Amino acid sequence: MSALVVTGLSKNFGGLRAVSDLSFTVEEGQIFSIIGPNGAGKTTVFNLITGIYRPDDGRVWLHGGDIAGKPPSALAAQGLTRTFQNLQIFFNMTALENVMVGADRTAESGFASAMLRLPAVRRRDARACEQAIGLMQRVGLAAYLAADAASLPYGALKRLEIARALATRPKLLLLDEPAAGLNRSETKEIDALIRSIAEDGVTVILVEHDMRLVMGISDRILVLDRGARLAEGSAQEVGRNPDVVRAYLGTGFAGSADAA
Amino acid sequence: MKALLAPRTGGLLALAIVIALLPAVLPNNFYFNVVILVGLNAIVCIGLNLLIGYAGQISLGHAGFFGLGAYASALLTSSYGWPSLAALVVGAAAVGALAFLLARPILKLKGHYLAMGTLGMGVIISIVLNQEAGFTGGPDGMPVPAFAVLGWTAYGERTWYWIVGGTLLVTTWLALNLIESPVGRALRAIHGSEIAAEVIGVKTERFKTLVFVISAVLASVGGSMFAHYSGFITPSEAEFFHSIAFVTMVVLGGMASIFGSILGAAILTVLPQFLAVFHDYETLVLGAVMMGVMIFLPKGLLPSLAELLRRRRL
Repeated sequence: MSALVVTGLSKNFGGLRAVSDLSFTVEEGQIFSIIGPNGAGKTTVFNLITGIYRPDDGRVWLHGGDIAGKPPSALAAQGLTRTFQNLQIFFNMTALENVMVGADRTAESGFASAMLRLPAVRRRDARACEQAIGLMQRVGLAAYLAADAASLPYGALKRLEIARALATRPKLLLLDEPAAGLNRSETKEIDALIRSIAEDGVTVILVEHDMRLVMGISDRILVLDRGARLAEGSAQEVGRNPDVVRAYLGTGFAGSADAA
Repeated sequence: MKALLAPRTGGLLALAIVIALLPAVLPNNFYFNVVILVGLNAIVCIGLNLLIGYAGQISLGHAGFFGLGAYASALLTSSYGWPSLAALVVGAAAVGALAFLLARPILKLKGHYLAMGTLGMGVIISIVLNQEAGFTGGPDGMPVPAFAVLGWTAYGERTWYWIVGGTLLVTTWLALNLIESPVGRALRAIHGSEIAAEVIGVKTERFKTLVFVISAVLASVGGSMFAHYSGFITPSEAEFFHSIAFVTMVVLGGMASIFGSILGAAILTVLPQFLAVFHDYETLVLGAVMMGVMIFLPKGLLPSLAELLRRRRL
């Protein structure tokens, strides 16, 4: 079964057609990238899939179930979560607590048992803490276990968001520009991290401008331009597509894609 | 031993010791009266801080819930002859139910709009208490019978001191437990980034609603106890200025700090009593003190002082 099927997706903002009649399918276990020039509608597509925006038209199926109109928190419970292009960190908490919120499964927690600190709450606290520590180690943030989130450097915050998303145990993870603002070596670490996430069986949808990363990592690439599909295919196919080169990549890129 | 020194347990222990020893140094009933009012304000402010400081949702109408609790106790015990405790509990439950109904439409608002919405809510409650003179006695207020449980009646400042002190201790313990739980983390996450909380599975609407209800119930309990303690209430308990006073205590003491709320309530309750020596300039001095704190300790008293101490040690 496909992890995600999108058909006829459309969204207007006033007179602007941000996304128009977009259809694509993401297979389970794939790393699927969405690229395109600024303003092409990539982040809008993310917001439509994750329930932040309501589509004007079209359907979204997650593992065969229709998810249009469901709130993001309900989708998270179904194994769909994301990170943000502009960081959305809980800066009023520690780094570890940020990840613990993801691990908490808050839907099951009642106010009364929390206020009385019943043994069940203590056990769940300990479990969430243990999971969060494990995930921070996995994304390379072991040094920041006790730190306030506000004290972390930018590159670490990018990884903190990924750890927090992983804490929800997603089946489908949407990463919005995880390498934006990172230097070469940091980008390499993110590259390896995304690969290891996919190896664990998590389907990944990636929006990213770093073409070296995208071309090297993606099983399939969707190119958007002005809210509509310009091309779709493997890295090689997309890199050689003259429309894509003209609209986004620029001449001379096909060669470097092969090199990567 | 390590658990005992944790900020939560240590703070709770310190509070218990202060409450236990304070009567030994309070010279007379005037001081007992001030400390009781501190405790009652602190109970309301702890609830309000869960809403404002932790979950990041402002309310400028919580005196409305305080007033409703006070009038529920007054009316049910005097006009209907209910037992005091039953009136307090039913009043709190009714206020909780009202808060639950109001929460959905009101907490959809954000920032300034939420401030306006809660302000309007408080004003409406205040108007109703003023206008329904047949029940409430209108602006003249109404007397409230003494608090009585199973034939035992609470008279005098010393008795009330222990009732309020015990309630404050329990409230503090419940609130500290809440913020260190998955629920508390969810509330703080909503404050940090509502959208991020939502996409990692926090049902933000549910949590905002429930923390609004809890803060309203604590305000109602505070109002009920105040009504029985003071023996006479007027609609001014529900007024806008009273709501502002509660918010000011929370902000002055420190947002997202339970013990800060107690400190804020203590300072803003005690200070006016001693600033009385300034006569006409009392409010002026109070305003200057608050401006000074906000300019030099913008996080509020307790968090700023804690940070200062930590830096000294490093």
